[in-house]
Amino acid sequence: MENLEYLAAAYSVIWLAISVYMFILYRRQRQLRREIDSLKEKVKEKGG
Amino acid sequence: MQSLKRNALSMSSLLGLTFVTMLAAQLLVFIYVPTEETMGVVQRIFYFHVPLAWNSFIAFAVVFVCSILYLRRRDMKWDRLARTSAEIGFLFASLVLITGTIWSKTAWGTWWAWDPRLTTTLILWFIYLAYLLISAYATEESRGARYAAVIGIIGFLDVPIVALAIILWRTQHPGPIIFEGGLTGAMLLTLMVCILAFTLLYFCLLVQGTSLRRDRNEVKMLKRSIDEGK
Repeated sequence: MENLEYLAAAYSVIWLAISVYMFILYRRQRQLRREIDSLKEKVKEKGG
Repeated sequence: MQSLKRNALSMSSLLGLTFVTMLAAQLLVFIYVPTEETMGVVQRIFYFHVPLAWNSFIAFAVVFVCSILYLRRRDMKWDRLARTSAEIGFLFASLVLITGTIWSKTAWGTWWAWDPRLTTTLILWFIYLAYLLISAYATEESRGARYAAVIGIIGFLDVPIVALAIILWRTQHPGPIIFEGGLTGAMLLTLMVCILAFTLLYFCLLVQGTSLRRDRNEVKMLKRSIDEGK
């Protein structure tokens, strides 16, 4: 098969970039949710 | 609580549908569709390249509409949606350029040609790079949102130019083969499924990204309320 390495390169770049982007979104969201929970606790402590 | 559950359920359905469609798209591209005679196996890049380009246009159209809505209503939810869409559009446009250069190397023997389609796409990429940098580094949030919205509106003018470049100018880039009836049967079906799969992926990323920006905003508000209570 001719030029198979070019197809493999294109395919790898696409899925690597999309996976990295999704991973960053997921990790950042998890950090933020944790931060929100801890901040809500602080607000509750101050209120109570 | 019920609306949270409903949102989680619809997000799971969207994710599931995207996964199934994307899997079907991969099977069609690598197993079902016949190899094109002139270019050979590398022509299969086309089935990713075109959907990515199509979705970058959708993403920038969403930026355009949300930017107008932000400037009219000054509601940050439109800014959040526009920024998220710009980020995804920029990612997709970057992948269009990369897959385009790989295609160019095999079809034309060079990684880059200053062809009208390629050049206008590169300009589009720089416009949205500027959009993201301005919205990220503005010292004041509302000012950054305002400037970004203006770029989001003006920048969108390049989208029809990119789309029509293959008609307006003499170009090496393949013509609008879908509209000219150059694609039939298995190739057309594969392309349509790929476009659907990447469109669903775009919406998944948009929902996820917007929710992240909402959480970021909530953190900011909670911190402010703690500071004010001190």
